[in-house]
Amino acid sequence: MISSPHKLAVEELTVAFGHGRRARTVLRGVSTGVRAGQTLGLVGESGSGKSTIAKAIVGVHPARAGRILLDGEDLTGLRRRELGAVRRRVQLVSQDPYASLNPCMTAGEAIAEAVDPVRADARKHAVTVERWLETVALDGSAAGRYPHEFSGGQRQRIAVARALAVGPEVLVADEITSALDASVQAEVLNLLEELRRSLTLTMVFISHDLAVVRHVSDEVAVLCQGELVEQGPVRDVYRSPRHPYTRRLLASVPTFDKKEEAA
Amino acid sequence: MRRIRWNTPLVTALTGLGLITLLGIVAPFLAEEEATALSGAARAHASSEHWLGTDALGRDVLARTLVATRLTLEMTLAATAIAAVTGILLGAGVWVSGRRVRELGLRLIDVMISYPALILALVIATVLGTGPTASVLAIGLGGAPAFARLTANMAASVAQRDFVTQARLMGVPPYRVLVRHLLPNVAGPLLVLLSVAFANVLVALSGLSFLGVGVQTPDYDWGSLLNSGLASLHTNPAEAIGPAVAITVTGVLAGFVGDGLAAALDPRAGRAKVAAARPVVTAPSHRAPGEALVTVDGLAVVLPDGTRLVDDVSFHVMPGEIVGLVGESGSGKSLTAMSVARLLPEGLAAHAAELTLDDLDLAAPGTDPKRLATEIGVVFQDPSSSFNPALRMSGQLSETLRVHQGVRGAEADRRAIEALERVRIKEPARVMKQYPHELSGGMRQRAMIASALLPGPRLIVADEPTTALDVTVQAEVLDVLKDINRRRGTSVLLISHDIGVVGTVCHRIVVMYAGRVVEELSAADLRAGRVRHPYTRALLAASPRLRDTGTGDRAPLATIPGRPPAPAARPSGCAFAARCPVVLDTICATERPRLIDDVACHAVRQEVQAE
Repeated sequence: MISSPHKLAVEELTVAFGHGRRARTVLRGVSTGVRAGQTLGLVGESGSGKSTIAKAIVGVHPARAGRILLDGEDLTGLRRRELGAVRRRVQLVSQDPYASLNPCMTAGEAIAEAVDPVRADARKHAVTVERWLETVALDGSAAGRYPHEFSGGQRQRIAVARALAVGPEVLVADEITSALDASVQAEVLNLLEELRRSLTLTMVFISHDLAVVRHVSDEVAVLCQGELVEQGPVRDVYRSPRHPYTRRLLASVPTFDKKEEAA
Repeated sequence: MRRIRWNTPLVTALTGLGLITLLGIVAPFLAEEEATALSGAARAHASSEHWLGTDALGRDVLARTLVATRLTLEMTLAATAIAAVTGILLGAGVWVSGRRVRELGLRLIDVMISYPALILALVIATVLGTGPTASVLAIGLGGAPAFARLTANMAASVAQRDFVTQARLMGVPPYRVLVRHLLPNVAGPLLVLLSVAFANVLVALSGLSFLGVGVQTPDYDWGSLLNSGLASLHTNPAEAIGPAVAITVTGVLAGFVGDGLAAALDPRAGRAKVAAARPVVTAPSHRAPGEALVTVDGLAVVLPDGTRLVDDVSFHVMPGEIVGLVGESGSGKSLTAMSVARLLPEGLAAHAAELTLDDLDLAAPGTDPKRLATEIGVVFQDPSSSFNPALRMSGQLSETLRVHQGVRGAEADRRAIEALERVRIKEPARVMKQYPHELSGGMRQRAMIASALLPGPRLIVADEPTTALDVTVQAEVLDVLKDINRRRGTSVLLISHDIGVVGTVCHRIVVMYAGRVVEELSAADLRAGRVRHPYTRALLAASPRLRDTGTGDRAPLATIPGRPPAPAARPSGCAFAARCPVVLDTICATERPRLIDDVACHAVRQEVQAE
């Protein structure tokens, strides 16, 4: 086992879809990592492969080549059974809160399933369920309601609660605020930051929104067409981007931040 | 579980089937004797003693029809159950197995479905022999492929949804994923199929009995009664009528249950009741300058039930001006813009004291469609759905020119190419010959702007034109809009949820909240942070910044407690009062703030007066 300073690392990760002539390489030899208790922001435009990284990390897309290391242990070589235990240590929250919750299960059942995937008994785990709902600032009575009874922001918070109820060490958040209004997005971002501190979570935060990534991340990695073009501490990358693509990306954001605004 | 919306066909059909089931239970006890009693009168015509006459052995046909209900229903239920259970297991099994087996299994099911179920059943019946058990098995297995295909296809589509992936990641065992996540979500369509299958099975079983391979004497079901009735159809038609009516009525009722269920489970069904809209009277109040291109005064967008989604909105757009409408979802910004473009969704009505584009009245019922099409250009959010995928770009781009301005052929093409050049599309001649899917999202959106520009409109209404685009592409598209405005003096009404977008592109910004205008300000004021309404302030504070703001990185963002009120539950006072940090106890909850000096807020008003 190789000791790595990173809680989670990907090394030379290549992901391709299809076979033979129709094969399409979506990620080309991407290496990056995140230290325990920190947040890595992944930015890029559509087609950059940022969602593919998320899905490769949690094992939905198989890696063609390269390694995915959790605490130095390679996940790509694991057998099905070993993978089962590892998988619960890394959880994914995805973009669309309307697709990520089963419309036939109450919020309580969804969280109970995260606690106990076999039985998913909301009554037995009522106390745990309520605690997680309160963690994401939802009322305990939310447990008995179905997804369609919640707003988009509330659904996204239920999705976060469900992922956290698994007790993961790493949370992969894939565009989780893209579908939300600005004021609701602020709530979800604040919640994540609070949880990251109180639970010492390690996070991979994926977004096309550079301002959001800057707000939540320690380090940022910039993806362009399946390749990593720049990575570094948020402050450095945003202040003095080195790669021309990063510069272009930052210059494109419509913004009017002024110094006097802070005053 | 999702709630079922009861409807008349469903209730009627279920009641009818309930009565028939009841009949099936009690009839054998009441009429068994009469049904088997031999009487002297063989093949008697209908009479007061035998309502439907008697059969060849002199037994009462009505009694036999009633008694046969039980056996018929039992067989139908059994066969339907066999079809459903076998089919669902088969479909689910095929779906959970590996890729190869799945492909093969799906093809096999397709092949089985392409044979009529009755032929499949006849083959099985030939193998198993005659009799009720054999025909139930045959019909049951014959109906299974339909269930298998529906289950496999639905499961495949549900399995791609995020919540199934999530369940796998949480370590939910495959069997539980199937039972907990897949089956409940395919239950609706399966239920509908079940009731339709019931009707089909009834007819098929009766058919087998009618053909003589089903139920054998001395047992009898509706099919075999029909068979014996057929022999004397010309002399005593009444004998065949009893079972024929029974089969038809039960089959039709089961079909109705299917229709009713489909409607009851469809969340989009119902609700489309259009009541006469109450006239909304608004007095003219807005002080739009006389030379304004667009004047909106006292605009209300109203649902058929009278709920106001947009309420008393007034603003104007000057010639050559870019005005931004900004707000969160549900603020009514898109409805406001669509009222100007006269593209409100069906069922919504716009009322206004004044809604004009220069001298064109946009609120009047029969506005000249030619002027509408040529003077207002519209750009929608989703560039991939705003073009017809089956047609080349050339025809779609020049449509307005051809329809409304009589420009044709080479001239129309020349102008379309010019317009594409204006939105900085390279090789416009080649793009003209391409189909929409061959263009990138950014190119499609620029082509959309080109098409909106072609007839030389005086106003472009752009509804979230860059929301679906990448940030670098967004910058290009916004540049194109600014460029057109600068060079041709076209006014633009830009709708966006992104305060950064409106702040960089627009001259003036109208902020909307809960269907009303809360503030109007210049872009310079917005950029400098000189905003006055507490909602606008909160919105700015909630947005993360791209550069250091000095407040310390990763300090919590400001949030707005609570949610905007639903359109039907908006208070009589200020709609923002319940969430407002500077709310005044005296007035905010009761009196609606009017837009004075470009801001609608009692607290700001009071502050100004105090100074």
